[in-house]
Amino acid sequence: MKIITLKKVLTISILLSLLLIFVILLSVTMGSVKVPPLRSIRILFQSILGLKGAGSETERTIILSLRLPRAILAGFVGAGLSVSGATFQALLRNPLADPYILGVSSGAAVGAIIAILLGLGTFSFGLPLASFLGALLTIMVVFYFGRQDGKIHPHTLLLAGVIIGSFLSALIMFFISVSQKEELHTIIFWLMGDFSFSNARAILIIFPYILLGVFFLYLRSRHLNLILSGEENAVQLGVDVERLKLVSYLSASLITAASVSVCGLIGFVGLIIPHSVRLIFGPDHRLLIPSSALLGASFLIASDTFARTLLAPVELPVGVITAAFGGPFFIYLLRTRKVVKTL
Amino acid sequence: MIEVNSISFRYREDWALQDISFRVEKGEFVGVIGPNGSGKTTLLKILYRLLSPQKGEILFELAPIKRMERADIAKRIAVVAQETHLLFPFSVLETVLMGRSPYLGQLMFESEKDLEIAKKAMEWTNILPFSERPMDELSGGERKRVFIARALAQEPEVFLLDEPTANLDIHHQIDFLDLILTLNRERGLTIVMASHDMNIASEFCDRLILLRGGRIYKMGTPEEVITKENIESVYGCEVWIDQNPISGMPRISLLKKGGH
Repeated sequence: MKIITLKKVLTISILLSLLLIFVILLSVTMGSVKVPPLRSIRILFQSILGLKGAGSETERTIILSLRLPRAILAGFVGAGLSVSGATFQALLRNPLADPYILGVSSGAAVGAIIAILLGLGTFSFGLPLASFLGALLTIMVVFYFGRQDGKIHPHTLLLAGVIIGSFLSALIMFFISVSQKEELHTIIFWLMGDFSFSNARAILIIFPYILLGVFFLYLRSRHLNLILSGEENAVQLGVDVERLKLVSYLSASLITAASVSVCGLIGFVGLIIPHSVRLIFGPDHRLLIPSSALLGASFLIASDTFARTLLAPVELPVGVITAAFGGPFFIYLLRTRKVVKTL
Repeated sequence: MIEVNSISFRYREDWALQDISFRVEKGEFVGVIGPNGSGKTTLLKILYRLLSPQKGEILFELAPIKRMERADIAKRIAVVAQETHLLFPFSVLETVLMGRSPYLGQLMFESEKDLEIAKKAMEWTNILPFSERPMDELSGGERKRVFIARALAQEPEVFLLDEPTANLDIHHQIDFLDLILTLNRERGLTIVMASHDMNIASEFCDRLILLRGGRIYKMGTPEEVITKENIESVYGCEVWIDQNPISGMPRISLLKKGGH
């Protein structure tokens, strides 16, 4: 009889990790400055071993200081958004839930826009830090209104998130309408999701949140299966539901906050990756969470590589690419109804 | 086995249950009946501590359930409730294996032993032939059996059933209730069942608790509880009560208003 085992999860995770490594290698060789694939790979491996043989100084800088950090960053964000999306879909029992559903992203946007308008965007940490603070503040406010007598009520939380999100959207529109032309361009790119703002050091801000968040959610993955058929159902099977909800909502929200703060609002990843994984591997979170993380990372690195190279030397915001993939894919899901019968 | 000591519960202002006391002995089949809003479902939810009463306490084998761990409650009390809608359908086997959850603790994966227990539960409920099918492809009757199998996989001492036969046709009602009765008689499972169907309650239960407006109106054997006076005063409508000619248990017939 088919049941999910540690062996199955490990096998699939290893296969998806190989795919991820392949995508990263592909991504560092591609770009407006052509570095032949084999040479790029030699540069990568020699730098891992601490050697400095292959390639010119420029090529090494491009690959090791620009493309590799950007790919790693895109990987973390892709993994984070996918896992956070999968979690919100389970907790809110809503297949259309995405990482931004609780308004965390609007808070991040307000933080980022304020930083841009104040000219903080040019400091290396200014933009992501301001946006992360905006997101954290929003999480605090949403949870303050979404909790009653120590319990999280999903519908109240969702409403609080949506309403606070709309209020923040009004702020965003206000800021856009009063900003200057140059700032406007930056703001719009940020809102569409773009990695060109970030640098290697942004990884240091976000990776603890994403790693820890994904880890905590993975520890709860068996219980997330149970809450998929409702909170009462999970209680009947012995789950401490209030703790599960608190840890999971907060982890998913922090992952979203960290992801959004370094690259703006990248849409669709948190929707299409979890649904695709369910389509392939089934709804069990013990497999869904690691697979979504790895596949999401590969998907976003690939999308960002497209965004960099499609109209090189002009860079597109990566959000354009994910939406271009995501839109048609979602129509496909709607038409076939393979994943969710209620859509 | 279960001792309910003068519990009262309210959601907000008004008391949904007031001063309820009763005992359920090991191996008993107890029915909870009463009109809509009389507190049947609330009472069941309190028995497995989904809700906690503001007054009174519940003892499970002399230990207050208030202090039991959630997982320990789930090891001893299994619930088959009205169905919830399935968002992303699991297979039958995966669903039954979820019944092992309280035993897994921090462990992530089920062992061979858990699989054995799940298989036995599926044999009992006769769902082994379609163990790989997704839940959303099953009929209502088949799904009910899956949830009994899941409850059996919990290896509980008590089954709480909330309107188990709602939206089943009579064939599946009898199938379901026979299965429950077998579990009760042969395995000594203690059963507490809330039901709208007084004929079913009368036929299958050893003892009935009749609720009205959150209080116990009458408690006793079906013959003691299902009388014309009790039913008419609790439900506020006229009924005719005679005996089921085969089993001899009380039988209710509904009457048209002014039609006799």
